Amino acid sequence: MAVMVDTKVTAWKAYSTWANRHRKWLFAAPAMIFVGLLIAVPLAWTVYLSLTDAQGSVRAESKFVGVANYLKVFGDTERFWPAVLRTFTFTGGAVAAEMVLGMGIALLLWRPFKGEKWVRVAILMPLVATPVAVGMMWRLIFDPNIGFANQFLSWFGIPPQPWLSGQTTALPTLIFVDVWQWTPMIVLILLAGLTSLSEEPDEAARIDGASSWQRFRFVTLPLLRSTVIVAIVLRGIDALKTFDILYATKGKGGGSFHEVETLNVYAFGLSFDYNDYGIASTVLILFFLLIIAIMWMVTYRRKAER
Amino acid sequence: MTDTVTTRSVPEGALPEPTLPRGPRRPHKLRAYPVFRVVVLTLTVLLFIAPLVWMVIASLKTNVDIYDPDKTFFFTPTLQNYANVLGRNNYFVFIFNSFWVALWSTVFSLILGVPAAYAMSRFTMHRSAMVVLMARIIPGVSLLVPWYFIFANLRLVGGFGVLILSHMFVALPLIVYLMMSFFDSLPTELEDAAQVDGLTPIGAFLRITLPLSVPGLATAGILSFIFSWNNFMFALVLSGANTKTLPVAIFNFVSYASIDWGSLMSAAVIVTVPIMVIALFTQKYVVSGLTAGATKG
Repeated sequence: MAVMVDTKVTAWKAYSTWANRHRKWLFAAPAMIFVGLLIAVPLAWTVYLSLTDAQGSVRAESKFVGVANYLKVFGDTERFWPAVLRTFTFTGGAVAAEMVLGMGIALLLWRPFKGEKWVRVAILMPLVATPVAVGMMWRLIFDPNIGFANQFLSWFGIPPQPWLSGQTTALPTLIFVDVWQWTPMIVLILLAGLTSLSEEPDEAARIDGASSWQRFRFVTLPLLRSTVIVAIVLRGIDALKTFDILYATKGKGGGSFHEVETLNVYAFGLSFDYNDYGIASTVLILFFLLIIAIMWMVTYRRKAER
Repeated sequence: MTDTVTTRSVPEGALPEPTLPRGPRRPHKLRAYPVFRVVVLTLTVLLFIAPLVWMVIASLKTNVDIYDPDKTFFFTPTLQNYANVLGRNNYFVFIFNSFWVALWSTVFSLILGVPAAYAMSRFTMHRSAMVVLMARIIPGVSLLVPWYFIFANLRLVGGFGVLILSHMFVALPLIVYLMMSFFDSLPTELEDAAQVDGLTPIGAFLRITLPLSVPGLATAGILSFIFSWNNFMFALVLSGANTKTLPVAIFNFVSYASIDWGSLMSAAVIVTVPIMVIALFTQKYVVSGLTAGATKG
């Protein structure tokens, strides 16, 4: 009996020793296998699909067509290139506005004051609101006939605007919606950065007689540099991939004139509204490469400047 | 202020030279600044909150009142829209679906993600971490097409399992990212001490590190729940009639020619208010999660 118990204990001990010795991979492997299966395999499949003429039903036959899809997409000045331009316009416009406004609000919130807590709660609300609901909310506010936006303008004698339904005003309006929802994110990130700064450099500059602007421009901003870059990268990635508010307000194809059709909306439409999987995959691969390239440029510049 | 300091006569050798009055509470010489600050911050708060208040107001109006500019602010509130949405459109089912998917995708992501983040932090597995963090960069649509192919072939599209898996794709990298920076900031001394006292490394992780990580786990869990609750695109493609989540249900409201604004706004309130209440009570965690990694550079 004693011997049997002993072997059991040794077996458990051996197992435990093995587990502890290999805990690095034991811990990391499940998550990595999950990510690998759910990302690497689908991504490889997307690359394959982009080289075929897959379309229609998911079970339909498809044949290998080489780089034909890529040539087709590159020559597509009707949908693809305008979508690229809109993606850049939307992302650039939204991120720039969010950075400027976010920096302003963060600086105002920097030093403690009474009621600070309420301001922080208030700016957190847009951030956690469900984007689809946010889209619907602004859709009502910006409705040309019954919306509050035009009613507000009429108090100042400004004629009603088409907002979301206008061919040229839709994208700027949606940039505004994005700015409303995501500026708080920039505020929170910059505020975390500002609070971690030491006060001495700012003090020194003040004693040396630097103005508020000079102190911000030549002391605070350079010290905050890495936080600003993190904020731009995080927001930039998400802005490039914006889908919810665009699809919720303008629907399929980014409106009847594709006026808000960014790459993400275009690729989604090709995939699930038109079932044109081959072309959709091609657009997605190019979109993915574009994001990687932009991120690489931002982080590479950062490393080079160190 | 500056004048009084420099002109005040100090007896020789009495006190050390008084320094300029300074401190965080009066950073500017301009008197106008505090006023300016209050005005601008009040306007900012109004701008961020007013649209949400407007959404709630509209949800309490009849459709006739919504179309009437005279009744912008003065109207008889009604709960008819909520009764309509919850009763006739059966929103309780969608609320449950959203909750169920968010709950399990968060739980499973924590189970997979926390040990992985621990290993990646303690063994500085930067390359492995990059693989997981790639998921933050990849556009979701590029995974949806193959997922749809695979799951449609397995006849799984429309079930909860697929939805939970797809939401884990968002939650897992988020949790790994947040927990990695949390474990990085956690000193290793306690674990080392526990091992000296006879615990195995895994034992030390389970009994010492995990209990110490509750704030980090709360942050990661809450954010992952919020992200899943708000997710639209994956559910739009992968959910079926019985597993539809709230954002998809709201989107389907407008597929008709004329929009029932009152009901739409009450549906929007139903989806946003629970998450705002959660954020209100867990503000500290939400903010620390959203700003994680911002100051490390």
